[in-house]
Amino acid sequence: MCETCGCTLTPGNKHLVSATGTLRHTNDGRVSVEVLTGLLHENNRQAAHNREHLDQHKVLAVNLMSSPGSGKTRLLEATIRAICPKLRIGVVEGDLETENDAERIRAQGVPAVQITTGRACHLDAHMVHDALHEMDLDDLDLLFIENVGNLVCPASFDLGHHVNVALLSVTEGDDKPAKYPVMFRAADLVLLSKCDLLEVLDDFDTEAAAAHVRTLGNGADVLPLSARQADTLKPWLDWLEATLATMRGGAKLVPRMQADGTALYGTEATG
Amino acid sequence: MHELAICQEMLSLVENVAMERGAARVDRIVVIIGPLSGVEIPLLQRAFSVARTRTPAADATLEVETSDIRISCRSCGATSGAVANKLTCGHCGDWRVDLQQGDEMLLKTVELSGIDRTGEIADRDGEPAHAPISATVH
Repeated sequence: MCETCGCTLTPGNKHLVSATGTLRHTNDGRVSVEVLTGLLHENNRQAAHNREHLDQHKVLAVNLMSSPGSGKTRLLEATIRAICPKLRIGVVEGDLETENDAERIRAQGVPAVQITTGRACHLDAHMVHDALHEMDLDDLDLLFIENVGNLVCPASFDLGHHVNVALLSVTEGDDKPAKYPVMFRAADLVLLSKCDLLEVLDDFDTEAAAAHVRTLGNGADVLPLSARQADTLKPWLDWLEATLATMRGGAKLVPRMQADGTALYGTEATG
Repeated sequence: MHELAICQEMLSLVENVAMERGAARVDRIVVIIGPLSGVEIPLLQRAFSVARTRTPAADATLEVETSDIRISCRSCGATSGAVANKLTCGHCGDWRVDLQQGDEMLLKTVELSGIDRTGEIADRDGEPAHAPISATVH
């Protein structure tokens, strides 16, 4: 069974499903089949294939998620300026329409593939699979997947990536994690973007935002930064390099998706 | 709002099960949805009524069983209930918890009918029938 989507039966939830055997006949003569498979089984199968592909090429895939306008693309541009050419970056962009974001990335000299989803509000493993085939993974160290701007749906779909990074800009309210628990519970790292605006805001407390993340049972680091201020990026860049090293050291990284209580290798903060 | 995508994946699984068993119809589908799955149950029901059209499950009912959130504390060892945006230990208040239950998105059961008259149906113990059935199971 898939380990990444939280859909597996575990000792903790097995009692929810009665163990009457694989097949039985109902009282009215129908055949009842006990399936016990995750609803996103097909997506997760594709995701596992994507992840295997990325593991073979030793490329760390980061799923970047946030509301629309939180600064994902801007952060990627700043990250590219800070990290390239020491590390080689590729980007998969997800938007409903336009190639605007991919073009901004390409203008930085970095390969970018744009997925236009039409009306789909999230990326899935099949879309990412097709995009991966347009990239040469031999030429990459880091692959960023900039998901569709949406704090709800992307958290549920494994893309075959390694880590979830959730962005929350300081203009969005520090209680956002409490309002969107599925997303922020799934984050391996939370970035508080646009922190250069804190001096003109009187209602965003970075400690409160971090506390809300903890209240979701998530020990992920919560790092304030600004894409406009290169010196604020260091903890984020260090985290990327450390995570890449962990992965290349042999750890099988899976995203802190719908964790079912099983240990997640190398991505869960201890404490 | 991705319940339609989830429904379509679910129906794809359900159709595979029906095909494996040689069944023409799916009559009943039972799923387990936990509060932390990100799925809205009323939306899933609405999406299902659309997504099942022109599939073997066109007349099937969808039953949704829910689960409660249960967490175990890494600090004090206790197990407690919790709500979606307050996953701290009910006993000591610590946030260092593991989720035992509550994020399920499981296809539990599929009930089939219209099994092909030439197909074999397993008996109650899951063993193949000794002889092919000669009548259609309704």
